[in-house]
Amino acid sequence: MEAMFLSRWQFAITTVYHFLFVPVTLGLSVFVALLETCYVRTKKPEWKGACKKLVQFFGALFVINFSMGVVTGIVQEFHFGMNWSEYARFMGDIFGAPLALEALTAFFLESTMLGVWIFGWNRLSEKAHCLTIWLVAIASNLSAFWILVANSFMQHPVGYVLNNGRAEMQDFFALLTNHYVLGEYTHTFFAGWATAGFVVVAVSAWKVLHDEKSRNAFRQPLKGGALFMLIGLLCSAGTGHFHAQYLEQANPMKLAAMEALWEDEDPAPFAVYANINEKTHKNDSELTIPGLFSFMVYNTPNGEVRGMNSLQADYEKQYGNGDYRPDVTGTFWSFRIMVGFAGLMMLLALVTYVLARKEDIHKHSTLLGLIPWLLPIVYIVNSCGWYVAEAGRQPWIVVGLQKTADAVSPNLTGGDVWLTMIGFTVVYLVLAIIALKLAFHFIRKNHVSYEGRN
Amino acid sequence: MELQIVWFILIAVLFIGFFFLEGFDYGVGGLLPFLSPDDKDRSQILRTITPVWDGNEVWMITAGGALFASFPHVYSTMFATFYLALFLMLFALILRGVAFEFRGRRESLGWRRFWEGCIAFGSIVPAILWGVAVTDLIRGLPINEKMIYTGGFLDLLSIYSVVGGLAFLFVFLYHGASYLTIRLSDTSLIERARAMGMKMGRLAVIFFVLCMVLTATNTDLYHSALATIALVLAAAVFVAANVMLAKRNGKASFILSSLAIVFTTVAFFAGLFPRIMVSSLNPAYSLTITNASSSPYTLSVMTVVACIFVPIVLIYQIWAYYLFRKRITAQDAEEEY
Repeated sequence: MEAMFLSRWQFAITTVYHFLFVPVTLGLSVFVALLETCYVRTKKPEWKGACKKLVQFFGALFVINFSMGVVTGIVQEFHFGMNWSEYARFMGDIFGAPLALEALTAFFLESTMLGVWIFGWNRLSEKAHCLTIWLVAIASNLSAFWILVANSFMQHPVGYVLNNGRAEMQDFFALLTNHYVLGEYTHTFFAGWATAGFVVVAVSAWKVLHDEKSRNAFRQPLKGGALFMLIGLLCSAGTGHFHAQYLEQANPMKLAAMEALWEDEDPAPFAVYANINEKTHKNDSELTIPGLFSFMVYNTPNGEVRGMNSLQADYEKQYGNGDYRPDVTGTFWSFRIMVGFAGLMMLLALVTYVLARKEDIHKHSTLLGLIPWLLPIVYIVNSCGWYVAEAGRQPWIVVGLQKTADAVSPNLTGGDVWLTMIGFTVVYLVLAIIALKLAFHFIRKNHVSYEGRN
Repeated sequence: MELQIVWFILIAVLFIGFFFLEGFDYGVGGLLPFLSPDDKDRSQILRTITPVWDGNEVWMITAGGALFASFPHVYSTMFATFYLALFLMLFALILRGVAFEFRGRRESLGWRRFWEGCIAFGSIVPAILWGVAVTDLIRGLPINEKMIYTGGFLDLLSIYSVVGGLAFLFVFLYHGASYLTIRLSDTSLIERARAMGMKMGRLAVIFFVLCMVLTATNTDLYHSALATIALVLAAAVFVAANVMLAKRNGKASFILSSLAIVFTTVAFFAGLFPRIMVSSLNPAYSLTITNASSSPYTLSVMTVVACIFVPIVLIYQIWAYYLFRKRITAQDAEEEY
C-alpha cells in the first residue's frame, strides 16, 4: 500500500516536472523554425543578420529546455515498468506500441536533426539547415501525438479485447482515431504555442526594457511571440471547450467532478465557487449561474448533465463496490485556476501585441517589467490541466479496466520508493535551479543589434 | 510463433545498435577526464560525440519501447526487477544528458570540470550496469511463477555479474578510445587516446576472458552452438582490434571492436533464446518469447511499422555521421554557439 501511495507521488512529481519542459519544446521548436524561415526568405540584408542572431538566441534557449525535457522523459518511459509493472503487463499490448512508435518515428528524428541543426550552420545550405529545425519541430509534435494516443486509451479505452486478464489490441486505427486523442492532442499542441509564446514574450520584454543594444531587434519577437501566444491560447481554449463537451459521453464522472456537480440536474448550473464536502457528497455552499453548465455542454441552456452520485450508483452496479469519484476538490479548483489564468494570459497577449506594434513600446515600462514575473502562470495552467486530466481519471489507471491500486509493481517496498522519490526530487530541484540560472545568464549576456526599421 | 522470433531478433538488433553506438560515446565520456588536463583538449574530445550522443541514446529508448510493445511481460518484470539499479542508471543518464548541454555555457574552469565529471560518471555507471544486467539475465534471477522478482537489490550482484559489468566497461572504454583515434586531428591527443586504448584493451581482454570462463560455470550459454561461436569470435576479433591499435591502425581497430560488441550481443541473445529472462527458481518460470509476448495482432502491426521506419532511421543517422565525418580540430571545438 505504501509503495503504491509513494509511486503515485513519484509519478506525479516526475511527470509534472517533465511537462514543465515539454510544452516549451513543442511550441518553441515551431517558433524557431518560423523565425529561421524568415531568416532564409527575407530580402532585407540588414534584417537578415539580426534575424539569424535571434534564431540562434532562441535556439539556445530551446536547446537548454530540450535537454531537460529529454533527460526527464527517459525517466517516464522507465517508470511504467519500474513502478507500474502490473499496469505494463496488463496494458503492454496497447500501451507499448505507441511508446515504441514514439521512439522510432519521433525521438530518432528529433534528436538526430537537432544535433545536425546545432552543429550544422556551416555545413549545410541555408535552406537545408532550415529544413532540419522544421524536422525537429515536426518530430517533437509527433512524439506528443504518440504519447497522447497512449494516454487517451487510459482515459477512454477503444479498439481492444480482454483476453486472459489482459487488454489486447484489436484495432490499431481505432487507437489512433480515438476521439479522445483529437481533444487531448489539439489542446496540448496549442498549449505548447501558448507556453512557448509566453516564454518568447517574457524574454523579449526583458530585453526591450533592460538591454538598449538589443531593444530594436527584440521588438520583433515581442510582437511575434505575443501573436503566437494569443493564437495558442484561443485555439487551446476552443479545443478544450469541445473536449469538455465530448467528456459528457466519454467520461461523465470527470466532467461532473470538474464542475462539482453531485446530482443529475436539468438544466445544470455552473458553479463559480463551491465549498465542496467530499464526505457528505454535496457542496456545503456554492455560488452558481443557472443553466450555464448545460449551455456549455449542449450549446442550449437546458439538457440533463449527470451528477457524481448517480454515476457512482451506476458504476457500483457495473464494477462492484468502491468509490468511483475522483478528488473533486482538486479537480474542481484546478479547472478553475486553468481557465481563469488562461483568460488573464489572453488579455496580456492581446495588450502586448497591440502595444508592440508601436515604435515606443519600450516606454511601457510597467507592462514590460511585469511580464517576466507573470511567466510562472502558464506553467501553473499547464500543470492544472494535467491535474484535471489525470486526477479526474482516478480511481482508475485505465478507465473501466484496471484500478490504480492494482497496477503497482508487487516487488517494490516502501523503502525502495522513498529512496528513489527523494532522489528524483532532489536532482530535479537542483537541475531546475541550474538550468534557470544558465538561461538567465544567457539572456543577459547575449546581445542582438539591429539598426533597421521594423 | 514466427513473429515472436522476428521480434526477438529485432530486439537483439536494437541492442546491437545501442551497444555499438553508445558503446563508443560511453567510452569517450568515461575517458574524458583522464586523457588530458587541458580545457581545449577536452572540448575537442567532447566535440567528437556532442552532435550524435542523443541520437545514440534513442537506440536504448527504442529498445525499451520495442520490448514493451513486443514482450510486455519482459518489460514489466525486467524494469521492476532492476528497480534500484535502473534508478541509479537514470540518475547517471540525467546528469550526463544535461552535462553535455551545460558544460560549455560557462567559462569557469571549476564549472567545466564539474560537468566533465558528471559526463564521466554518467558514462561509466550505465556501462557497468548494462554489463551487470546482461550477465544477470542470462545467469537467471529468482523469478516466481507469476513472473515476479522475489529477490532484492543485492541479489543482482554476484562475482559473475560484477565481472560482466567490468568487462562491459573496459570494452566500451576501449571502443571509445579507438573511436577517438579516428575522430581527432591533434596528433598528441590521438597518441594519448591510443595509449589509453591499449591499457583499457588489456584490462578488457582480461575481464572478457574471465567472463567467458564464468559463463561456463554460471550459465548454459555454451549449450547453444551459435552463442558459443559468436562469443569466441567476439574474443578473437577483440584481440585483433588490440593488435591493430598497437600497429596504429585506428580504423581497423574501431571496426574490429565494433564487431566484437556485435558478436557479444549476438552470443547473449543466442544463448538466451527462446528465453528472454531466465528464472533461477525453476526453468518453467522463465519468460520466453511465447509466454511473454504481445498478441499476434500487435506484433504484426509493429512489424509493419518497424519494416518502414528502421531503414529510414538508419539512412538519416548514417547521413548525420557522414555530415560530421571530418576529424575534429581545435577550431571546431570552439565554435560553440
